Amino acid sequence: MSGQTLYDKIWQSHLVSGDDEAALIYIDRHIIHEVTSAQAFEGIELAGRSIWRSDSILATPDHQVPTTEREKGKAGFVDKLALLQVTTLDDNCDKNNIVQFKLNDQRQGIVHVVGPEQGASLPGMTIVCGDSHSSTHGAFAALAQGIGTSEVEHVLASQCLQQQKCKNLRVLVNGCLPLGITAKDLILYIIGKLGTAGGTGYAIEYAGEAIENLSMEGRLTVCNMTIEAGARSGLIAYDQVTENYLHGRPYAPKGAMWDSAIQYWRTLVSDADAVFDKELIIDAKDILPQVTWGTKPDQVVAVTSQVPEISSAKDAVQQADWQKALSYMSLNSGTAISSLSLDQVFIGSCTNGRIEDIREVAKVVKGKKVASTIKRAMVVPGSGLVKQQAEAEGLDKIIMAAGLEWRFAGCSMCNAMNPDSLASGERCASTSNRNFEGRQGQGGRTHLVSPAMAAAAAIAGHFVDIRQVELAQLEGIH
Amino acid sequence: MAAFVAHQGWVAPMDRSNVDTDAMMPKQYLKCIFKSGYGDWAFDDWRYLDAGDVDVDVSTRRKNPDFELNKTIYQGASILLSRENFGCGSSREHAVWGIRDMGFKVVIATSFADIFYNNCFNNGILALTLKPEQIERLFELSGDKAMSLTVNLQEKRVTLANGEFYSFELEENRRFKMLNGLDNVATTLLKKQAIQDFEKQHKQTHPYYFTPLR
Ligand code: SF4
Repeated sequence: MSGQTLYDKIWQSHLVSGDDEAALIYIDRHIIHEVTSAQAFEGIELAGRSIWRSDSILATPDHQVPTTEREKGKAGFVDKLALLQVTTLDDNCDKNNIVQFKLNDQRQGIVHVVGPEQGASLPGMTIVCGDSHSSTHGAFAALAQGIGTSEVEHVLASQCLQQQKCKNLRVLVNGCLPLGITAKDLILYIIGKLGTAGGTGYAIEYAGEAIENLSMEGRLTVCNMTIEAGARSGLIAYDQVTENYLHGRPYAPKGAMWDSAIQYWRTLVSDADAVFDKELIIDAKDILPQVTWGTKPDQVVAVTSQVPEISSAKDAVQQADWQKALSYMSLNSGTAISSLSLDQVFIGSCTNGRIEDIREVAKVVKGKKVASTIKRAMVVPGSGLVKQQAEAEGLDKIIMAAGLEWRFAGCSMCNAMNPDSLASGERCASTSNRNFEGRQGQGGRTHLVSPAMAAAAAIAGHFVDIRQVELAQLEGIH
Repeated sequence: MAAFVAHQGWVAPMDRSNVDTDAMMPKQYLKCIFKSGYGDWAFDDWRYLDAGDVDVDVSTRRKNPDFELNKTIYQGASILLSRENFGCGSSREHAVWGIRDMGFKVVIATSFADIFYNNCFNNGILALTLKPEQIERLFELSGDKAMSLTVNLQEKRVTLANGEFYSFELEENRRFKMLNGLDNVATTLLKKQAIQDFEKQHKQTHPYYFTPLR
């Protein structure tokens, strides 16, 4: 019999009953936020049920919190409904003894930044959250996935999820990423190859030299966007990088418990003879800085190229899709990506709102000024602690001196459910994960890029090849 | 949940691929804490010419005459037809609530995104996949007139008014739950003992996953 993949191992160790077709799997960690939990708590209450294990749940508001004037607390909300949702989360957590990092807690932030940062997302765990980017936490060799509100209710009530086992897909990235090419470029490139549905029904394991060389932050970025390729979960094998990152985190095990945990965690790799149902092999040296041109994350090209010709689409259905995307984005085939001028720049989100991202941005904008044609460029840290760390390093000063806004932690313009959004027709370079129609504001046009590329675009006013920015600034950008 | 055995209804064709959940239910409606009443907001950016919000009266809004679901012949449709990767993107269940509240009971597509697919079944909507050539045929037939279809879950069969029919596949577990209108939480809690037993053993082997969060 062939060996097991990392996914197989975690699946197997959480199987309560059933088989691969109809299984009940046990959930170790449940992370909740304000937008997808209210109806779940209501469902529990209406059915007269109780929460199975409150102490497995971590809550924080993120999607709708304002990113300015946080000192005002709840009085800072302009949107009454957003406020009601955040207050409902407070009530549900208080009533059920659930730990929440509330609005003014220094640890508040985006669910997928906070979980890792606190050591609440651990190797070998099953992790769920009512948000599709829960795949992020798989960077810790965990089985993490996004769920809908009915499933949130199901996990609250039973600590389990009814599931069908996924197939295994390995994305093997050989070689090293060239200078200036980041985890974000890598994952956009991968999605470009797989397509937005290429991973549907699979759990994706990212492996190979380029993945091993990524920092934990970079790995989180890669796993974050797994859902954009249609896969619910993305995983990366446990190694020394994982171990070093977790050691000493608030919720990571301590002392003897840590010693026994790492004994087990070190087995969280796919067996050498494990068989994957599908494999994508990529050479890291082929990857150039990526920019999406359309309204799906797989509509992506290198910054050095042009908006593609419709005739190069694979079939009639895709041609129609591309046509719609071009018209929404107000672009013509053949236009050079570097000639696209921008109205706004957004740096943040659960994809790229971590300290490493902010350091890269500071490096690129240091001593420069945002182009006068840019209406707004903002940097939104992924959590209060990221903000604190950046300020301790003086990055906020560098960023503000360059003319970018420095905000409080939250999802901000990634989903524009808060006051941060694009006006209709505005074009934005964004480090977030979705360029869907209307995602950042009705009629807004989003181009997904890495933090360094977004920062360089803010300075130039249009997209530029980050590799042409002075080498000194590139040092350390990976 | 109501049992689903068979359904006959009109088809509304949505000739697009990769219809995402942001498009199905734009973010401003995710602020609501209720579970129904989303029907007027489904496909909002496509359906209306002006911007909408929770407190905007939809009767005052301008409908987009070019949007397929606004066409008179498709009013009252209960079967939504689309193409590949339907429901990609965000996990928001509000997308499914919107479609359900518009009156759709069945969604037929070439393929679905995983989370959306689960969300459909969790709300009593039958999401079923047919082969690309069958989908193509349905689009042809429903292009300029209302077409009636019968979806029989018992027989796993879609039948056209002219007698043509297609068989479809659905995992037995999902089919069984739909046919019997079973609620997932209730069925899982029937296994309470098994969950408790598992939890006990899991805690012994992996105590570090059980340190209470404080
Ligand atoms: S930052 Fe964006 S993608 Fe991430 S959790 Fe928030 S809204 Fe979702």
